[in-house]
Amino acid sequence: MPTPGKIVLEARRIVKRYGHVTALNGADLELRAGEVLAVVGDNGAGKSTMIKVLCGAVIPDEGEVILDGQPVRFHNPLEPRKLGIETVFQDLAVAPALDIATNLFLGREIRCEGALGFWFRRLDKGRMRREAEQEMRALKFHLPSIDSAVENLSGGQRQGVAVARAAIFAKRLVIMDEPTAALGVRESGQVLNLIRTIRDRGLPVILISHNMPHVFEVADRIHIMRLGRRVALTNPQRHTMAQVVAIMTGAVPGDETSANAAADSF
Amino acid sequence: MSVGTLPGPRRGVQPVSLGSAWPTLGPLLVLFVFSAVFSFSTRTFLAAGNLSLIVQQSVIVGTLSIGQTLIILTGGIDLANGAITVLATIVAGRLVNDQNNPALSLLFAIVICIFIGLLVGLLISRLGLPPFIVTLGFLGIVTAATRLIAQGGAFPVTDDLLSWTGNAFNLGGAAVTYGTVVMIGLYLLVSYLLTQTAWGRHIYAIGNNREAARLVGIPVQNRLLSVYCFAALLYGVAAWLALGRIPNADPNALQNGNLDSITAVVIGGTSLFGGRGNIWGTLTGTLIVSVLRNGLTLSGIDPLWQDLVTGILVISAVALDQISRRKQR
Repeated sequence: MPTPGKIVLEARRIVKRYGHVTALNGADLELRAGEVLAVVGDNGAGKSTMIKVLCGAVIPDEGEVILDGQPVRFHNPLEPRKLGIETVFQDLAVAPALDIATNLFLGREIRCEGALGFWFRRLDKGRMRREAEQEMRALKFHLPSIDSAVENLSGGQRQGVAVARAAIFAKRLVIMDEPTAALGVRESGQVLNLIRTIRDRGLPVILISHNMPHVFEVADRIHIMRLGRRVALTNPQRHTMAQVVAIMTGAVPGDETSANAAADSF
Repeated sequence: MSVGTLPGPRRGVQPVSLGSAWPTLGPLLVLFVFSAVFSFSTRTFLAAGNLSLIVQQSVIVGTLSIGQTLIILTGGIDLANGAITVLATIVAGRLVNDQNNPALSLLFAIVICIFIGLLVGLLISRLGLPPFIVTLGFLGIVTAATRLIAQGGAFPVTDDLLSWTGNAFNLGGAAVTYGTVVMIGLYLLVSYLLTQTAWGRHIYAIGNNREAARLVGIPVQNRLLSVYCFAALLYGVAAWLALGRIPNADPNALQNGNLDSITAVVIGGTSLFGGRGNIWGTLTGTLIVSVLRNGLTLSGIDPLWQDLVTGILVISAVALDQISRRKQR
């Protein structure tokens, strides 16, 4: 068992209500350094809302978010990004007609140095291309050519581009919302490999997924949500898939004591 | 997934299908074929004077089409561009007749264009109204404003500055107007902006997948606003070019400017769905229409055929775009 990493991101007693509906009812979450934390739960358990709170898309009514020991409040999706939190969204957030290098640097283009960049706003295409190639190689993600338009790639490769972009710019952690939802078996495998590579390079990952086999393949710990809160925190060694599903659906009560034990044994 | 499988070929070496090659090569090929046919079928087509005329006839629509290209690349469309240009010619023409200050008159006309672009851009970017409807509305508003300002008259322009763009210098036996030089300069500028700056990439990204553009942190609303303002500035410059070509500000001029510019953009290979295309295709598209008109006239063929052929070209261009998109799904 590896020693428990220090806590990178923590959410405490988060409450979010939409009218009469309470999406999050005092939910906690904790992400430690060097881990892939899978967040699972049935539809309506609050995992999407939780993730939106963490990536700034939703402002919680109560509770606090703590990043590397500092309390933070996000009001829009740009703020967490500035603090080094990158999110990969379920629907492929890429521009299909543009090439891979352009997509990787979209919104964060690098300009030439000196007057050419400052006065003429000229992009340093060569540098972006080289860096894109380097990063894809470091992530061990195979792509035909960095100059291909993204629309010529398979679904898995496209999602790979979205994930790689997050990995390149994230300084603290990466959040992935159902990254394998639209993908076939082989393509999912590529993306799961990418998630492992990102973790091994030192970035912790929060992975939201419905897909239990995928969760059990890459997760170090599993955060189970039900009715707007965390009901258990376990790991793939401690519980089987069937047990996790049982806790998720309420067939078996989750208990936070076993959860804490699992947390410590990580 | 081995590490060594990432080759680094030069850009553009992917095998290209007919569909995906169309945007760059197709329009040039069409232009070449038409020019070849007319240079065989008529004796005067290739004469320096005729070629110069073709280019001069392309300058106004060519400039309107630059703005139209930018807007279509974002996934929008502009139905008001011709009307805005005419308004600018009337404003400049009337002011210079009243005040006799040509530079200020021209500047004021261009500022009015930018102001209209600002209003259009705000309605589209901030309120999220469809560009088709907003510019359709402005087509009516601007046309009415033009008529009200013109009060039923036209304004002959005799001033040197306002008609300067119609002056020509000699280049290898052909007369090249300064208006042509201005237009080429604008194409070079916009080509640079589109291919070499982040602004250009953002335009493509917004037209391609607006939600993705927003998610990666591109200020989509501001980019759209800047596109409509910049396009309107170009329409103001087009007004200056129009006064050079015909030194008479006429409220009834350029009534098909909007459709002609859309035609040029589409024939030039830019997708009406946004996000794909390039500015040089638009120049080629403009020239194709001019060559067609000129060649058919020289051949003594009824000009009605020109509209028919242009119609076929527009539909073919859009069909090719659709087919290539379907293949890539």
